[in-house]
Amino acid sequence: MFLGTAIVYTFIPPLKIRRVIKQISFIGVQSSLIVILTGAFTGMVLTLQSYYAMSKFGAEALLGPAVALSLIRELGPVTSALMVTGRAGSALAAEIGIMRISEQIDAIEVMALNPYRYLIVPNLLAGIISFPLMASIFNVVGIYGGYLVGVQLLGVSEGGYFGEMITFINMEEIRIGLYKSLSFGLIVTWICCYKGFYTTYGAAGVSKATTEAVVTSSILILVWDYFLTSVLF
Amino acid sequence: MIEVIDLHKSLNGVQVLKGINFKVEKGEILALMGKSGHGKSVLLKHIVGILKPDRGNILIDGEDIGTSRGTALERLRSKLGYLFQGGALFDSINVFENVAFPLREKTSLPKEKIREKVLQELEQVGLPGVENKYPAELSGGMKKRVALARCLCTDPEIMLFDEPTTGLDTVTARSINNLIKETHDRIKFTGVMITHDINQVLSIVQKVAVLDAGTIEFTGTPQEIQATTDPIVRQFFNNNA
Ligand SMILES: Nc1ncnc2c1ncn2[C@@H]1O[C@H](COP(=O)(O)OP(=O)(O)O)[C@@H](O)[C@H]1O
Ligand SMILES: [Mg+2]
Repeated sequence: MFLGTAIVYTFIPPLKIRRVIKQISFIGVQSSLIVILTGAFTGMVLTLQSYYAMSKFGAEALLGPAVALSLIRELGPVTSALMVTGRAGSALAAEIGIMRISEQIDAIEVMALNPYRYLIVPNLLAGIISFPLMASIFNVVGIYGGYLVGVQLLGVSEGGYFGEMITFINMEEIRIGLYKSLSFGLIVTWICCYKGFYTTYGAAGVSKATTEAVVTSSILILVWDYFLTSVLF
Repeated sequence: MIEVIDLHKSLNGVQVLKGINFKVEKGEILALMGKSGHGKSVLLKHIVGILKPDRGNILIDGEDIGTSRGTALERLRSKLGYLFQGGALFDSINVFENVAFPLREKTSLPKEKIREKVLQELEQVGLPGVENKYPAELSGGMKKRVALARCLCTDPEIMLFDEPTTGLDTVTARSINNLIKETHDRIKFTGVMITHDINQVLSIVQKVAVLDAGTIEFTGTPQEIQATTDPIVRQFFNNNA
């Protein structure tokens, strides 16, 4: 219902472009540092792990594509979505929840304006735009983190790391990753806006809404990821 | 015109409104009095359609806002201005943007006209020069006055004030009451004003109603309320004597 109404108002003009841009900055741009950090370390540890496993079969040459595949298909979309949920999703739920309990949402309604248009639609759009961007940053940084560990530290050949990667990664892989982050962006902003919008009264209501928003979003990311992976394979 | 007919409402299993009836004619202001927690704000929220009645009707110029949806509801609300008890300012934007918000979103006024109107309205509520502050930087009474400016700036046909002067010093309270009176003389809006300041508003309003324990205990003109011997109504005068 909530999501349906929001989607309807996405296609009825006027669209609040300035609010969309502001929310992209909030959900996306301001999350980039944390995404870069987690991306780098995920790529590095992934490379260590993969190298250890692959050297047992003498398959070190395929280290590059193994790391890139895991990142692009799975770890990039999922981990960056979880990080953005923790940073921006919680804040989103709290902000909308506070607007609810301080009657700011009622005030918008009394002005004969639609709160979905001002609060929900810009966040959903910003989520759909930001999550894929964050996943891409995560992937790029992760692959370079892997390069540092794999090539510089463990001595895999540089040509092998990147060369094999280009052979194995095709548009299909990138598209699967993109579908995942697009849907995570929608799920997370939807859940966080919903929990904030229907918060119960008082500070306790807002803190409960915030916690539930993060927990529900995180679980749904993982469940939906499993579902998509099994369907899109 | 506002007409409330047999309005019932329970919240969290408690019966807050138990059959409210009253009528405010076009161009009249009704002062609504009553003890804290007796349902005054809940009643006002029904008139703007934020809360929906369990039973009964709320007619705005003959149309029931309690059962209106979508564009019909928006059309009714376009006539209304509402001052929330807590102000309900948007805390992510500054004072200027708050007051300008309904003008920008609901009218096609040019930028300079909006600016002029906002600054003039802030001056009228006695807050010149606060336009760049954020709501969090204001005191409770200042927030209330900014909210009043936001409510008045669109010149609505019907205005609902939830305790416009509570929490203000007597001097400022008097100037706010005067501002409401001046605005009323100018545009003859229909209004309901929740107040504890009975002595100050008797010269502004045309009708007084007393809400007690979820029902209307008394309605009448300012003259009638001053003459009544009803003990529940008399309490309000003694408190403010
Ligand atoms: N949103 C709400 N949910 C549950 N109970 C409410 C809500 N709003 C008000 N109440 C209850 O309704 C009663 C009347 O409140 P209110 O109308 O705010 O009183 P007042 O006359 O002081 O304005 C109070 O007991 C209050 O606890
Ligand atoms: Mg109240």
